[in-house]
Amino acid sequence: MHAGIIFLLVIIGSVLFHIFTPWYWTDIASNWQGMDDTITLTFWVGGGVFVAVCLFMVYCVFRYSYKEGRKAEYKPEDKKLEKILTWATTLGVAALLAPGLIIWNQYVNVPKNALEIDVMAWQWGWQYRLPGEDGKLGTTKVTNINDENPFGINIDDPFGRDDVLVQSDYINLENNKPVKILLRSVDVLHNWYVPQFRSKMDAVPGIVTFYWFEPNKVGEYEVLCAEYCGVGHYAMRGGVEVQNAGDYNKWLSEQETFDELIAKNELEFENKKLAKNNNLNLNKDIYKEE
Amino acid sequence: MSDEYENKSGYQAQSSETISGDSPGISPDMDYVRPAENAEQDLYHPHSFIEKWVFCQDAKVIGVQYFLTAVFTGVVGLILSWLMRLQLGFPGLAGFITAEHYYQFVTMHGMIMVVYFLTALFLGGFGNYLIPLMVGARDMVFPYVNMLSFWMFFVAVAVLMASFFVPGGPTGAGWTLYPPQTILEGTPGHGYGILLMLISLALFVIGFTMGGLNYMITILQARTRGMTLMRMPLTVWGIFTATVLAMLAFPALLVSSIMMTLDKLLGTSFFMPTILKAGEVLEYGGGSPILFQHLFWFFGHPEVYIVALPAFGIVSDLISVHARKNIFGYRMMVWAIVGIGALSFFVWAHHMYVSGMNPWFGFFFASTTLIIAVPTAMKVYNWILTLWRGNIRINTVMLWCLGFIVTFVNGGITGIFLGNVSVDVPLSDTYFVVAHFHMVMGIAPLMVIMGAIYHWFPLVAGKMLNEKLGKWHFWTTFLGAYSIYFPMHYLGFIGVPRRYYEMYDSPYMTSGVGLNEFISTAAFIVGAAQLILVFNIIKTLKTGKKAEQNPWKANSLEWFTSTVPPEHGNFGDRLPVVHRWPYDFNVPGADEDYLPQTAAPSEVAHTEVEKT
Repeated sequence: MHAGIIFLLVIIGSVLFHIFTPWYWTDIASNWQGMDDTITLTFWVGGGVFVAVCLFMVYCVFRYSYKEGRKAEYKPEDKKLEKILTWATTLGVAALLAPGLIIWNQYVNVPKNALEIDVMAWQWGWQYRLPGEDGKLGTTKVTNINDENPFGINIDDPFGRDDVLVQSDYINLENNKPVKILLRSVDVLHNWYVPQFRSKMDAVPGIVTFYWFEPNKVGEYEVLCAEYCGVGHYAMRGGVEVQNAGDYNKWLSEQETFDELIAKNELEFENKKLAKNNNLNLNKDIYKEE
Repeated sequence: MSDEYENKSGYQAQSSETISGDSPGISPDMDYVRPAENAEQDLYHPHSFIEKWVFCQDAKVIGVQYFLTAVFTGVVGLILSWLMRLQLGFPGLAGFITAEHYYQFVTMHGMIMVVYFLTALFLGGFGNYLIPLMVGARDMVFPYVNMLSFWMFFVAVAVLMASFFVPGGPTGAGWTLYPPQTILEGTPGHGYGILLMLISLALFVIGFTMGGLNYMITILQARTRGMTLMRMPLTVWGIFTATVLAMLAFPALLVSSIMMTLDKLLGTSFFMPTILKAGEVLEYGGGSPILFQHLFWFFGHPEVYIVALPAFGIVSDLISVHARKNIFGYRMMVWAIVGIGALSFFVWAHHMYVSGMNPWFGFFFASTTLIIAVPTAMKVYNWILTLWRGNIRINTVMLWCLGFIVTFVNGGITGIFLGNVSVDVPLSDTYFVVAHFHMVMGIAPLMVIMGAIYHWFPLVAGKMLNEKLGKWHFWTTFLGAYSIYFPMHYLGFIGVPRRYYEMYDSPYMTSGVGLNEFISTAAFIVGAAQLILVFNIIKTLKTGKKAEQNPWKANSLEWFTSTVPPEHGNFGDRLPVVHRWPYDFNVPGADEDYLPQTAAPSEVAHTEVEKT
């Protein structure tokens, strides 16, 4: 008897917890409302089944607790009942699967107008690259990466020269404009994840993976690495700021392009050479003086 | 069951007078059971203490050895989980837990609990003890190989534990061991730790193969007369199917372990693409990290069912015995076990929806994953329909079974969230996943293990465990574990990622701080509550009530041994002969509320038994 009551309280408690929980979704800030809706639907159907099964169990505990001399029913099978239950379950499962697959179809089909962003991950940090005026990202290679070419862009690729480089964990996005996140990693698995955008995908060294979303709420969000990547995993954070077009374009215009970086590097190289020569000359002078 | 089952005739009610005389009404071969096809097994009886208790060939002793070794690893896993919860609930309180340590605890906890605790306990422990007894055999068919199996497992555990003491400590790569980080600097234990882990896994697979062949062949070839496949207890069906799965799945783990060892030691590039570390390009190139994930989950998903199917089987038997009612829909239950086992090989990539594999796979694997929910749901319905119109003993064993139903349904339903590809996208790699799999393959099977301990302890030790202590043990464990994992799902909704040593003050996380403290506190209590069982066992062994033969009035053969606890050889001079399934409870017309599998039809001719 006690057992039945405690189990009943557990079920009631679970339902109440779900209704009154202060811990729930972080407010959504992207187009993936459909994912939240499917979760809600699954909660209704699945939660209903959970409550029904458990209540039936509790009923049995109350109603059919052991009594000396009572006969349990002897009925090994009930074909009809089993058939009904099988089909009802199949139907319920199909009803949940359908919206799931429809949204997945949207998830894997990126809209044509999406802005491609190269998200490059390493242990432990992020940096970003946006296409320049030609609207195309240049090709890259891990072995090209060095101090002068932090993104490993192929120098010969004309599309790469005007790419906008953001050497920071933080990036800005334009509100209401779809973005296609192109993920790559130079070392181990990572995953560029913003809880408010709901979407994620692993970055895998050796290949480029992708996903897309459309931010729809201006604000700042934290980026988390969502695939375990070694001891610094928990500290691999970044940030996103979603801005309106005006602010965004202003920010974009302030960023450096690959061409500008090359020019800067060459200038630095020249300066270094000069400094080195000066140094040599200076040394010579010193030598002379001695 | 044959087609005759359909017409519900079976053995019609017959007055006792009809059988007492030589009435022509009864066919003379009513009790006929086909003669044995093989001669009886020769057993090697031990000659010394070492042969009896250490290098023993008796499956029952091997089962207990497996059980105790697995429990030892489980205790290590439990302590590791405490340390993790200490860090998560009260960050910084225990200064010695660095990020390196935390990830090592996570990894070792996961691997220990899944492979060395649950798998070894269900198949090595319960499998060894119960299979020969339940199918009416004197021992496993290859007792010597069976002994080797345990000692191989023992060495695997020793190697695993040794990794705690090597330079760099155990691996901290996460139990999934995803390359490339597993074998690169930046992951704790990337040197000796990971090597010992891979060696230990290989040893485990080798040892397990020896045991697994034994379980399968014993079940297929050494059943006693009359024990048809469709008269086997569901426990045996669950263990049998799980063993078949293990035989097919573990090789994938073995080869991926070997390939990774080669990547680590010889510089091959099975899983290693071109990698830039600290400004230098490593001498790897062309390998695929995702290939490892496919191999790992081709093992890893069936592994879930390797743990779950024995639990399904055992709980079916416990429910039936203690509800004093036949298991509802036995044939459906058998086919569901077999069907789930077969389907489990076609769902692995649902662990990889956001892994970067071709996203079009998502459609296929979401569909297969949700299809597997149907036979699983049927099993749940059949368990509660077994309770319905039963005569349910609400004892400790039944409480664990009821606890199993609640936690399993809960965890099964959150599985539908995660299997449904696009719903998985926001939830994957968050605490929702952690809560889900702990509920469904941690707590639910644990409930069954506990129920099984209380159920079969009288058989193994010959004494009855204390009911009152058992109930305290159950309620603290069940309520505690439920309050750990039920609220944990909601951390996942917030978006809290798993495998985070420290959350800092992420804005959406701050609301979860109190919840984390609560979960940690509950985890400490649940862990400590297991001491009640330890105390109960010690007390019972010392002063407990002696168990009578078949104290639960069960039907299956393990309760009809010549002695309690059973001796080597199990059944005395003559092997039992089986005439019915093990679920004939409360048969109309029967004097008692149970009919043992050995009860011949002529002895109970006045009952209305459905033919099995």
